[in-house]
Amino acid sequence: MEKVDNILSKHNHKISSIIQILQDIQADYNFLPKEVLKYVSQKLKIPLSSVYSIATFYTAFSLIPRGKHICTVCIGTACHVRGAANILDCISERLKIEAGSTTEDNMFTLETVNCLGACAMAPIVVIDGNYHGQTTVDKIDKLIDEHYEKK
Amino acid sequence: MKKNEFRMQLLICAGTGCVANKSLEVKDELEKEIARNKLEDQVRVAITGCNGFCERGPIVVVQPDGIFYQRVRKSDVSSIINEHILGGKPVTRLLYRQTAESVPIPKMMDIDFFKHQTLIVFKNRSRLDPENITDYLNYDGYKALEKALKHMTPQEIIEEIKTSKLRGRGGAGFLTGLKWELCRNAKHNPKFLICNGDEGDPGAFMDRSVLEADPHAVIEGMTIGAKAIGAQKGFIYVRNEYPLALKRIRIAIAQATDNGYLGENILGSGFDFSVDVVRGSGAFVCGEETALIASIEGRVGRPRPRPPYPVEKGLWNKPTNINNVETWANVPQIILKGAQWFSSIGTETSKGTKIFSLVGKINNTGLVEVPMGITLKKIIYDIGGGIPGAKRFKAVQTGGPSGGCIPHKLLDLPIDYESLIDAGSMMGSGGMIVMDEDTCMVDVARYFLNFTQEESCGKCPSCRLGTKHMVNILDRIIQGYGKTNDIELLKEIGENVKLSSLCGLGQTAANPVLTTIKYFRSEYEAHIREKRCPALVCKALISYVIDQDKCKGCTICAKKCPSGAITGEPKKVHTIDQSKCTKCGICISVCPEKFGAVKKVTPALK
Repeated sequence: MEKVDNILSKHNHKISSIIQILQDIQADYNFLPKEVLKYVSQKLKIPLSSVYSIATFYTAFSLIPRGKHICTVCIGTACHVRGAANILDCISERLKIEAGSTTEDNMFTLETVNCLGACAMAPIVVIDGNYHGQTTVDKIDKLIDEHYEKK
Repeated sequence: MKKNEFRMQLLICAGTGCVANKSLEVKDELEKEIARNKLEDQVRVAITGCNGFCERGPIVVVQPDGIFYQRVRKSDVSSIINEHILGGKPVTRLLYRQTAESVPIPKMMDIDFFKHQTLIVFKNRSRLDPENITDYLNYDGYKALEKALKHMTPQEIIEEIKTSKLRGRGGAGFLTGLKWELCRNAKHNPKFLICNGDEGDPGAFMDRSVLEADPHAVIEGMTIGAKAIGAQKGFIYVRNEYPLALKRIRIAIAQATDNGYLGENILGSGFDFSVDVVRGSGAFVCGEETALIASIEGRVGRPRPRPPYPVEKGLWNKPTNINNVETWANVPQIILKGAQWFSSIGTETSKGTKIFSLVGKINNTGLVEVPMGITLKKIIYDIGGGIPGAKRFKAVQTGGPSGGCIPHKLLDLPIDYESLIDAGSMMGSGGMIVMDEDTCMVDVARYFLNFTQEESCGKCPSCRLGTKHMVNILDRIIQGYGKTNDIELLKEIGENVKLSSLCGLGQTAANPVLTTIKYFRSEYEAHIREKRCPALVCKALISYVIDQDKCKGCTICAKKCPSGAITGEPKKVHTIDQSKCTKCGICISVCPEKFGAVKKVTPALK
């Protein structure tokens, strides 16, 4: 828990910084492990239920481990009118998972985002922070395959 | 080094869109080539914030002539150096053309997209490096702050903003000067200032762009506001999805502090003000001011009833003034050029400019800053270049999930806060999503409602359950199970959700449904009565078929079909087995354009 202690110290153990603390923990662990949340609640002297309510209210937090690659489909309005729903369906079909879950081999987590503010590139698929604009359904296989090859 | 010490400047757009299209690679290559040609003393290579014309990125602007290069790749750099910088002639193939056949337009300000705009907030567009405070200072940066701190009293600042009639650019359009006055007059201390950069409306990205392109303008506006209100601490709340905006605003705060424009005893005036950045965590409702305050306090972002308004009881129950990014960025200009100048632009009730993000089915996607009162037609056709692919315009959606869809017959509407509300929509943060004949209005209504339903914080039952129920009804309509009284039922529930919700999210959630019913009722009826989706979007109501006369049997669709639904021998007509088809549409996108043999039909084949 040394890493968590450092994060807590960085934020001066301030309860009002709980959201920032959880952001830093997630950046480090890739998700919010149960035992870490318990530890944070003890250290900050706030009920675990409060920590849990914040961790579940904000969509940026995940309580389950995420995959090696994060595939995010933008479902903002501009992407929607250019066919994002179908793109999401096709990726979901290809990976055999619903949005918000992770493949069995732990390679991919499929997520959605409400808008990335890069609407000129619509529809957008982001894999590990790389934006792929003007995505069409026939490009999906290649995008996913590339990451399986990279491992 | 000062900008005018260079013979030329190569300014590379480094907004989110251009960076995603590898503009930074272009910058590195330009720097390398400039160094190789020993031109470092004559030519400056720098980044700028978003130009707004994201459709044509990566963009490189060459100053002082304002030559505009579009879709620049790393491999184009040597041409720019040899032909333009050394040879003195712009590279024709990289210049903007409206269509592939049109005449190239070399100068940025001659391009339709730019020339009809009026820049106040974007005045520094394509000319300064947002990570370099010296650039900002070269263009009158922090002069307004100096004027406000040294030559104006807080009352005079408030009076100036009140006279300008600046209204909040975040959605509600409350008079900014009045809000400041209420906060200043609130009894308790300390007072706080917040910049709302939780730009959640999908399809709106002007605040991201302002934070990325001109972060010091936001800081300067806030510091002037702090002096007027009597606050010493401010917060900038930025959406989690905007990493670049976060980075730039943090750099700007550090530079402003180092240069004495933030911190203690600002410009020797004895006034102290500091700013912290708070990163959001992905909750749309946090754009609502009371929810945003809860989030800064480290709580779950649920709105609370108003009054008391934040100007009386806000952050930690202290008087708090919240304005959004675009509003703050207007402030320095008003102080510097005066309220009269500002209020000379716009309509009777809405002054100044508004930035709209023009997206969807439009040729020139991007951010446009236009005077209030401009018509929708001018924005969509003169600036936006119309609808791509000779398709027909159907509607424009404004105001984000809280707004509505405006039909063709209202295109001559001069837009301001009031006229949009009269049309059943709203200004919102300025998203403008253009839809063409291929957009299904029932699907769009379902999209927005599903959005608000998922983002509903759950506090008010009418919003939590009402929107859910409405989504269920819309779902059955697009699935082909709509009932004859569903339209009336949607209207009834929608009106109730509007009346009985606490915050703006619930009060406006039904707008997209109600306006689409008002203006596009026949589409709802086609879905319900004839099980048809006229725009060929709703999967349950369409089928993919291969045109026997057009199919040449090239076999591409059969090879690419992921569900093995297409059969046929080479050079013979192919067919789609409807029982296997998942309607993913890959066949349409891979069928060679010259054949165009795959098409959609409605109602669905049995």
